[in-house]
Amino acid sequence: MRSFETELKNLRDGIMVMAGVAEEMIELTIQALTERSSAKAEQVRVLDRQMDEWELKLDQLCIDLLALHAPAARDLRLIASSLKIVPELERVGDHCCNIARRATFVHPPILSGDSLEQLGAQTRSMIRRAVDAFVGHDAALAQAVIQSDDAVDELYGQIYRDLLRLMLADPLCIERASHLILVIKNWERIADQATNIAEEVLYILEGRSAKHPYLRGNHEE
Amino acid sequence: MLSPQTPETKPVKLSVRNLDFRYGEKKVLDGLSMDIHAERVTAIIGPSGCGKSTFLKCFNRIHEVSSAVQVSGQMAMDGVDIYRGGIDQVDLRRRVGMVFQKPNPFPKSIYENVAFGPRLFGVRDRATLDGLVEDALRKSALWDEVKDRLKESATGMSGGQQQRLCIARALAVNPEVLLMDEPCSALDPIATAKIEDLIGELKENLTIVIVTHNMQQAARVSDYTAFFWLGKLIEMDLTERIFTTPRERMTEDYITGRFG
Repeated sequence: MRSFETELKNLRDGIMVMAGVAEEMIELTIQALTERSSAKAEQVRVLDRQMDEWELKLDQLCIDLLALHAPAARDLRLIASSLKIVPELERVGDHCCNIARRATFVHPPILSGDSLEQLGAQTRSMIRRAVDAFVGHDAALAQAVIQSDDAVDELYGQIYRDLLRLMLADPLCIERASHLILVIKNWERIADQATNIAEEVLYILEGRSAKHPYLRGNHEE
Repeated sequence: MLSPQTPETKPVKLSVRNLDFRYGEKKVLDGLSMDIHAERVTAIIGPSGCGKSTFLKCFNRIHEVSSAVQVSGQMAMDGVDIYRGGIDQVDLRRRVGMVFQKPNPFPKSIYENVAFGPRLFGVRDRATLDGLVEDALRKSALWDEVKDRLKESATGMSGGQQQRLCIARALAVNPEVLLMDEPCSALDPIATAKIEDLIGELKENLTIVIVTHNMQQAARVSDYTAFFWLGKLIEMDLTERIFTTPRERMTEDYITGRFG
């Protein structure tokens, strides 16, 4: 069974690497946007390829672990949840690419950079903490990540309303504002991805689904 | 398979309370208590020497051939104590059939193997015997394979067929409970799959208790799983829960292969 332990460690390590790359990509999207840097945007695209490669590798590892070791209990929960966490991280990469693609279309700036940076930084922090919870078996941290999604949604809503007001006031900024709406939507989705990862962490640790709490009464004994 | 979302609707068939089993000085089973539901499959898992097979034998008292054995506590079937309820041993063993690890057909014809039990209980009429034999062979999913060679020796059958014959032999006396002690450990995967399918069909009318060393088999065939360790019941729950979210660390370590 030693090789099983090694493969499980490889799986956990792989997810940590993906999370590290995801964080770096989010940071680059913030910089690409605030600095109008097409070089940073290009770096995001390069890193996205790494994410795609990791996704294929870890998917295969999970299938092999299921087929060859017939895992049970916490091993089964880890592998089943990894099969969901890995695509979430891969989607983070895709969202970052969507943001990077628009980096050069949002200048000159129509909004103060502060709130945009803040939104980007909050989503990056959620991804980091979700994966910290995964690595550190920390249910309280996973719970905190799920709760911080509301703050991101609120900030997103606020920026969205600001952009609408700007578009109404000045049709010349409609194009830039439209790009920005898609940028903030992608960050907001990344926060949702972090929430999903945190829910999987709770499942791994506690063995019960943390999803859709409004349905909970129907699906528990 | 039962899930945590479906409440248990079947009554308790076998109830065990504070069961101790001593063999000479050695305590093999230590204060076991559990309920086994009718028409369900209950799997007993645990490392070698944890008392699984001994526990199984207590249900039809076949351990009583040895005088060094002492059993205390209670074991009841349909609420009647099988040790003190004035129950006849032979009748108990008709009601509680058993299938062992290695197929052990009698060196007789296929027909005679299945007819053996009914004959023992006094069935003499040929037509009745024929009916019982066919019925038992059908229930054990063997009839189509052997109907044209009932007079041939059972020892010429394949291992998987022999095991199904042993199941047919047990079924021929119309038992209420079937005990299976690692029934597939000597069989290949195809024969194993046939026995597992059979278990799924038989539980419609029977209470089945199966001892297995194969975790996946326990997961596949049983509704409940009980984990034994050193003669103690560590945990018993719905199989689905034991294999996804066991409560006890020891159970978790055992089913994930980290025991010891």
